[in-house]
Amino acid sequence: MSQADTTITTGGSSIDDRKNGFIKYVFFSCALVTVLTTLGIILVLIQGSIEFFQHVSIVEYLTGTNWSPVIQPYSYGVLPLVWGTLIITVGSALIAIPVGTATAIYLSEYAEPRVRKVIKPTLEILAGIPTIVYGFFALSFITPVIQFVFPQTGTFNAASGAIVVGIMIIPMVSSLSEDAMSSVPDELRNAAYGLGATKFEVSTNVVVPASLSGVVASYILALSRAIGETMAVTLAVGMTPQITANPLDSIQTMTAYMVQIGISDVSVDSIGYQSLFAVGLTLFILTLAMNMISLWVKSRYREEYQ
Amino acid sequence: MTTNGGGSRTVSTPESSGSRSDATMTDNAPLGSPRVDDAVIESRGLDVFYGDDQALHGIDMDIPERKVTALIGPSGCGKSTFLRSINRMNDLIDIARVEGDLRFHGKNVYDDDVDPVALRRKIGMVFQKPNPFPKSIRDNVAYGLRVQGKDDGDVDAKVRTALERAALLDEVEDQLDSSGLDLSGGQQQRLCIARAIAPDPEVILMDEPASALDPVATSKIEDLVEELSEEYTVVIVTHNMQQAARISDKTAVFLTGGHLVEFDDTNKIFENPESDRVEDYITGKFG
Ligand SMILES: Nc1ncnc2c1ncn2[C@@H]1O[C@H](COP(=O)(O)OP(=O)(O)O)[C@@H](O)[C@H]1O
Ligand SMILES: [Mg+2]
Repeated sequence: MSQADTTITTGGSSIDDRKNGFIKYVFFSCALVTVLTTLGIILVLIQGSIEFFQHVSIVEYLTGTNWSPVIQPYSYGVLPLVWGTLIITVGSALIAIPVGTATAIYLSEYAEPRVRKVIKPTLEILAGIPTIVYGFFALSFITPVIQFVFPQTGTFNAASGAIVVGIMIIPMVSSLSEDAMSSVPDELRNAAYGLGATKFEVSTNVVVPASLSGVVASYILALSRAIGETMAVTLAVGMTPQITANPLDSIQTMTAYMVQIGISDVSVDSIGYQSLFAVGLTLFILTLAMNMISLWVKSRYREEYQ
Repeated sequence: MTTNGGGSRTVSTPESSGSRSDATMTDNAPLGSPRVDDAVIESRGLDVFYGDDQALHGIDMDIPERKVTALIGPSGCGKSTFLRSINRMNDLIDIARVEGDLRFHGKNVYDDDVDPVALRRKIGMVFQKPNPFPKSIRDNVAYGLRVQGKDDGDVDAKVRTALERAALLDEVEDQLDSSGLDLSGGQQQRLCIARAIAPDPEVILMDEPASALDPVATSKIEDLVEELSEEYTVVIVTHNMQQAARISDKTAVFLTGGHLVEFDDTNKIFENPESDRVEDYITGKFG
């Protein structure tokens, strides 16, 4: 009796406390590293940007249409870079959204289990290829094909970049959308089949609407990936910051500009170098906003199945 | 309505029809009176397998027109499987395989030239768990009309008629544009019934439509089923014997292992069944 009592009472601190207290701090420290790193990045970006905006007015930065921070005459309008990023983002979305969605519908609704078992990992491998390889693929394959069709196309052009980024983000759209579609309960499919709907009708007017929040969230995440994409576009689109509607022209994205300055020999206290932080901060805010919109869409339109 | 299988035997597969005839009972025939005069659906030696497991063994029975036929039996005895084999919903289960004949107006629905989508437009289904689409009440009811191309003319009137017949219109008249998911469980199930009858099928299959509902909602569904049988052929699965006794004209008793043991007029089954096992089951001695 008394023995049983002593084995279950705490001798000051519980077994759980003594053993797990330490482990808990190990895990906490690891989590802390991530949080601190993120904070550090933000602080560095903000600090550099503050220095930049001591020399350049925010209005000029946000509204100017000419970007030339290292070559005279200096000009600090970021819009050409934003435009470059926009073209890549919109162009890649035009490719990745239809193809990715169709792939997701195929995998979730049409593919036999055996086929799905092959295609899903293949897509994941596609998603894991280093982006520099995609850039090389754009230069050595996509651009020549475009040049074959439109001979006046230069070595560096926006179209090639948009296409390669589009291909790159297809797995993201298809994989996340497929997850959302597969989680639509079979009861809904059965309801539609029972009413004499075809597979196509079940897919398009039951499964897709019911999984719309997840599907749209996948689009937004893919777009934010396109905005942040660096190596492939640096290789494919060149370094010509300009606002042009012609997709066969060379452009420059925000990310490609950061690569250019990062590897160039501009002096660390020049405005050109400081512009890196302003552009970086702009990019950070853009992708952060996209990710937040994606989270919001997902929670706002979460379908209630009971 | 086709009531004899004379013409249909030529379209069914030789193996399954050669040795069987509507006039004579087969080895599989259950006790009772498995033949009816005005059969819309005739099951002949129907076997259903899930992979290597056989869930139904030679089911042999008729389903009469514009009557309520109840399928009863302990759970796992194959009632849902039989129901799903009528409108080929089993096709959607990868491992399910069907052998034998299931005739609808004399035509074996498992013939190669039968389009399951077209079949399901004639045979509507209501499921065990209410499954409205995450759409408005109106769009839920109109869905069948849309996919079946019956959405010409006054869709709204058709929607209201269906809701009326499902005894739901009074309760939802002012909220046709709100989500079907906002309704109570019983209302959702009546919405699903309205959705099933809106495109005006001939047969309605119901798989334990009241099992997830409270007693008040259940009795509403039961009243509804009896009314529906004035216009539709209703096949209803239930494991509630009182319910079967109350609402059905014919009762089929399935027992463990996937065998149809007895099929007859509901009165006969509940008052004087031929099979001792059925009697035991009905009186609650096992099940
Ligand atoms: N989708 C399925 N896959 C495999 N086996 C199934 C499936 N559905 C039903 N079964 C099996 O078939 C038998 C009959 O099931 P079911 O028709 O659901 O019975 P009931 O509706 O009478 O409870 C059970 O043994 C069940 O395990
Ligand atoms: Mg069942």
